[in-house]
Amino acid sequence: MTKPHIIAATLVIAFSGSVFAQEHVATLRAGTPLGELADPPQIAKRVNSDLRQVRNYPEQPPLIPHKIDGYQIDINANKCLQCHSRTAIEVSQAPMVSITHFMNRDNQFLTSVTPRRYFCTQCHVPQSDAPDLVENTFVDVDSVLDYIAGSKSGDH
Amino acid sequence: MRQFIQRTWAAIRRPSVHYSLGFLTMGGFIMGIIFWGGFNTALEVTNTEAFCTGCHEMRDNVYEELKPTIHYSNRSGVRATCPDCHVPHEWTSKVARKMQASKEVWGKLFGTINTREKFLAHRLSLAQNEWTRLEANNSLECRNCHSQESMDITRQSTRAADAHERFLFTGEKTCINCHKGIAHQLPDMGQASVMIEHSSDQSLVEYLKAK
Repeated sequence: MTKPHIIAATLVIAFSGSVFAQEHVATLRAGTPLGELADPPQIAKRVNSDLRQVRNYPEQPPLIPHKIDGYQIDINANKCLQCHSRTAIEVSQAPMVSITHFMNRDNQFLTSVTPRRYFCTQCHVPQSDAPDLVENTFVDVDSVLDYIAGSKSGDH
Repeated sequence: MRQFIQRTWAAIRRPSVHYSLGFLTMGGFIMGIIFWGGFNTALEVTNTEAFCTGCHEMRDNVYEELKPTIHYSNRSGVRATCPDCHVPHEWTSKVARKMQASKEVWGKLFGTINTREKFLAHRLSLAQNEWTRLEANNSLECRNCHSQESMDITRQSTRAADAHERFLFTGEKTCINCHKGIAHQLPDMGQASVMIEHSSDQSLVEYLKAK
């Protein structure tokens, strides 16, 4: 490459970078100049209602309706299972870990949770009251079915 | 030896020839204050977090684990130090605990847990010592701060309120039964449950028999 070419290429990259950053990339800094520190948003509160929430689709791992701060889940101990294991629910009155979690990859049921399902928070998550970062247009399948049923009967 | 004891006893029995009664009484009183005060001060020095974390065994293992927990950092800034949970506050029990702790000096001298690996290997038995102690004294050290009378369960989550109402207020369980691992990492609980069946956990044994 010749020298003018390199300069031109550099300029193009530099300009396109700034243009894209301004017009297409929504950053969490939200327009704060580079040299300044943005005010960080307040840490959202964890939902701790203990009320089970609707699953958005049947296969959705149920959400955790309580705080799990400091819960230890490692090779030594699983704090979740202190209440949710098969033997603990009489005392805790918590929902038992689903029987599917006892099944290994060969569809054999083991006596307790299989290692592949051991790390609860890989799928089950607590919720917070934080506002959505992006708009969510998800529609529950029942609403879709209602809509179809409605449009067939001529309501829509 | 026998002669020495006899001579000492005779010296103690004989009334003082050179010192006045006042001097001996006041001297005894002042020396009493100095020795007793010194003893108690030394005892209190061993009862500080700075003393506990003076050794790397505590500083690098259990103290590091305590730091992210609610008993070290929280919204109100009140915190528990090592002796708050591990040493009884009442004097007689405290001295009894301190005498037990002389075994820990032995452990320090011979390096029972002087590496991370040794500490991890001993973690289960170390934890079990504490669980047994707290089960036996009805979680006395927890209750030094967390009193049942002052616990307003309406300000707790329903889950916590239910559990406290069913198990704590009825005396069926004590704090440590449910709150193991609140301030330090748990040992291998798979092994722990095997050991609990053979331990003195009477309620669990009875529970298993009833089944």
